[in-house]
Amino acid sequence: MKPAAFTYHRAHDVREAVELLTELGDEAKILAGGQSLAPMMNFRLARPSALVDITRVPGLDYLRHDADGLRIGALTTHRAVETAGVPDGFRVLPRAARWVGHYPIRCRGTFGGSIAHGDPTSEWCLLAVLLEAGIVLRGPRGRREVPATEFFHGFFATAAEPDEMIVEIRFPGAAPRAALTEFAQRQGDFAVVAAAVSLTIEDGVCSAARLVLGGVDPQPAVVDADQALVGRSANETTWRAAGELAAESIDPPSDGHGSGAYRKRLAATLVSRAFTEAATS
Amino acid sequence: MTTVVRKEDPRLLRGVGRFGDDQQRRGQLHARIVRSPLAHGELRSIDTSALDGGVQVVTAADLPGDLRIPVRLSVQGIDLNEYLQPVLAADVVRYVGEPVAVVLADDPYLAEDAAELVELDIAELPAAVDPGTGRTAAEFELGFGDTGEAFAGAAHVVELDFEVGRHSAVPMEPRALLVDVDPASGALDIFGMTKVPVFNRAVLASMLDVDENLIHVHASDAGGGFGVRGEFYPEDFLVPWLAFTLRRPVKWTEDRSEHLVAVNHSRQQRHRIAAAFDVDGSLLGMRDDVLHDNGAYCRTHGIIVPELTLAMLPGPYRVPAYRGRITVALTNKTPCGTYRAPGRFEGTVVREQVLDVAADRIGIDRVELRRRNLLTPGELPHTRAMSTLGTDVVLDPGDYPGLLESTMAEAKRLGYLSEVDTLRAKGRLAGLGVAMFLEKSGLGPQETADVSVSATGAVHVHSGGTSLGQGIETVLGQLASEALGVDPSVVTVIAGDTELQPFGAGSWASRSTVVGGGAVHVSALAVRERAVQIAARMLEAAEDDLVVRDGTIAVHGAPGQRVTLAEVARACQPASPFLLADEPAGLAARRRFEVEHMTYPYGAHVAVVELDEQTGEVRILRYLVGYEVGRAINRTLVAGQLMGGVAQGVGGALFEEFRYDEAGQPQAITFMDYLLPTAAEVPGVNVLISENAPSPGNPLGVKGAGEGGLTAVGAALASAVRDAAGITGSVERLPMTADRVHRLCDMRGETETT
Repeated sequence: MKPAAFTYHRAHDVREAVELLTELGDEAKILAGGQSLAPMMNFRLARPSALVDITRVPGLDYLRHDADGLRIGALTTHRAVETAGVPDGFRVLPRAARWVGHYPIRCRGTFGGSIAHGDPTSEWCLLAVLLEAGIVLRGPRGRREVPATEFFHGFFATAAEPDEMIVEIRFPGAAPRAALTEFAQRQGDFAVVAAAVSLTIEDGVCSAARLVLGGVDPQPAVVDADQALVGRSANETTWRAAGELAAESIDPPSDGHGSGAYRKRLAATLVSRAFTEAATS
Repeated sequence: MTTVVRKEDPRLLRGVGRFGDDQQRRGQLHARIVRSPLAHGELRSIDTSALDGGVQVVTAADLPGDLRIPVRLSVQGIDLNEYLQPVLAADVVRYVGEPVAVVLADDPYLAEDAAELVELDIAELPAAVDPGTGRTAAEFELGFGDTGEAFAGAAHVVELDFEVGRHSAVPMEPRALLVDVDPASGALDIFGMTKVPVFNRAVLASMLDVDENLIHVHASDAGGGFGVRGEFYPEDFLVPWLAFTLRRPVKWTEDRSEHLVAVNHSRQQRHRIAAAFDVDGSLLGMRDDVLHDNGAYCRTHGIIVPELTLAMLPGPYRVPAYRGRITVALTNKTPCGTYRAPGRFEGTVVREQVLDVAADRIGIDRVELRRRNLLTPGELPHTRAMSTLGTDVVLDPGDYPGLLESTMAEAKRLGYLSEVDTLRAKGRLAGLGVAMFLEKSGLGPQETADVSVSATGAVHVHSGGTSLGQGIETVLGQLASEALGVDPSVVTVIAGDTELQPFGAGSWASRSTVVGGGAVHVSALAVRERAVQIAARMLEAAEDDLVVRDGTIAVHGAPGQRVTLAEVARACQPASPFLLADEPAGLAARRRFEVEHMTYPYGAHVAVVELDEQTGEVRILRYLVGYEVGRAINRTLVAGQLMGGVAQGVGGALFEEFRYDEAGQPQAITFMDYLLPTAAEVPGVNVLISENAPSPGNPLGVKGAGEGGLTAVGAALASAVRDAAGITGSVERLPMTADRVHRLCDMRGETETT
């Protein structure tokens, strides 16, 4: 459990980080908080030839709200998100932060690091897809924004090029009725299944809904449950029906944390619970 | 006795304890074990050509002969020589993680890099993963009475299948060894061999073919033992042998990934148990057929876990006829050994589930059924016509029904029962679990202690027990201070140094306070007697007139006439006028304490759980351990032992399992997959320490406290989950993972199938 040899480089600003990534090539990795990367290196599951440490890069630790929505700097820690004051429409973010690992992990791990890592059960990845965030990247070719819905390509694979770094995650629209809930056997573990939902309710009727599941696919899974939701009364029966429909539409894998059949049942339960929470939020 | 601060705490809390990995020597080499990546295969060749010159590598071909690790505890006269583990695999690998080669480098990073470059050519063979397909290493039966007759005449027979999952101890500190060597003589100084150092030294001496006095195993701190740590493993030969052969210090620290495949696994058993009752619910007989998965080899514990399983299965109950039969199967998985409460954790859950199912079937309250069948104080001592650990099963005096009564009363007083009712009234799936158990402790045959007083009045105790974090230094210090009439703070305890105590038998099997404590007690009394004798000469008084108190010896009724223990110690030095010509110098004694039979503590666990039927989550709301300890030398430490045991039991009951795929690849090799309970999952634990039944077998009246916190957790939680889920059969299997509990909840209300 000692990492394979690598070189260490500290970047002092974004430009230097991108230069280092360009110079060091495909096998270089960014160290943003190290909460996933360092254990993977210790197990030698990840063997980057070089680390570009961006933890001292100033100016990437912020939550800002403006006309373009809520912007979260890449180096904002989970804990900072958890304790941030955000406008009403974005409260699902701090509320969901409690599901991210344990307190020490939340104090070190970063929002951008989590998005870059691309774990399919990651709370931030699910919410980025749910809320149709934009992932802002900087690379040698300049700055670009990739929709979160197109960013995640499978287990730990994303649309970011090896010489790009995430600088910001932009949440363009408020989602006043949104919730994330999940289940793991132990508190703080990666979710066996996680459900993130948002809702629009007009006159007691669900007029729009969005649903993303984690732990059932190699990337956050957008599930279309409109048939069970849109135009229905905003009540428990509807949420349960949505859960059942979601469970029917997925084919999750089996592993030591639960069988595929169990994950389907969990999905039904968690979707229903998440809609209940979203409806009352 | 009042609470005494732990002697170990000042150094441990300030971070100045000395663990295996804290040891460093100039010029040390770091060892890294190359382990088999396959569960079963023919080892055709080992290619080390990719290694550079700065690295040394050792394979089986380099070792002196075909070395195998001997069994420490033999069972029922069964020969296991054919199944012993080699130090390094030579021709065949039999589990993932089996040592195949050792690489030595100047630092641990280079050693790990180099180990990756060792190429193993292994022709894969089919792996036996299910114990039902494994080779049989041993089969035996224990029992008494006529079970055929008991079952034939029964009004009720309950039979069920139950499986306990493979899991084991995960001490906070993985194994570590530092071996220093005297370049001239080859004398070895070993750090990190903490549990049974004297035994390990003898094994090592025999394998190295040297006199055991060439080897000095030092006392060191250990971050937990729990049965697995400190047994003699392949590394315990390899690291000293490398130091001895190369004449250089060699260090090896196991990492957590290695730990999870290398140290003894435990617990994996499949039971078919049956119990026969008369019309009133009185037990007539019990039968249990057990399939025990022992992994790839028989290690130091041989087949002691299977034996303990059978020997302890009847527990605290009146069982007129009993037959237990066990098949020990070898599979292509990590070899097994003991883990805290070996055989009892498994047997207790199986037996208690049968009683729960039987109570429902017969229509008697669960607690009442137990009460009816517990041996009464008048029936003790009770001899069961079978032996375990080479000693007869003779249950010493106790009051089993009394403890069940007081534990249930405590549960009621704490509001456990009403909490279940309240939750149920709200429509929640709450359940109460009750389990009764018998433990064993104080395994002999002996322990030796040296107690001495130095010229400053400081008292030294050299015990053969070892300090695994359990607080042995505190307890032995208390016993010495009590016997010598000195403050505990002047007592220093060194536990597990082979030179200071060459006759020690180690710390395991809940024996340290009972047998080790007994030895300290008799040795300290011998020192006291000698001190009184010398003081009588110094004070020119009769020995009978002297009073020993607060570190002084005074003439009764004349408090001015007194000497301190330090003065007495100085009066015992050579050339002292108070020493007779033929007397040895020094104020010291070495005494041996022997026990004929073990002493059997017992207890009851009560749990309140709530299930989430949608997710299968088990929330442990309340947990109570009632435990008879004979006499608590240190109640805080007894409570700590019980609470720690509960934490580990929660792991085995709900979370922890070493799963394998069909090719024998381990599926739980990190803490992401091997789920230890954390502070969030372990409940607050109420303890009821009972001192109503002192053991007559030792002068202190103590019974061991090391394991009873763990023994019945599987049973109590199975009982509680069963009660909450409202199923008629058993819960069938541990661990009760969320996935399984979810399915159990689905079975709610279904009619019984077993």
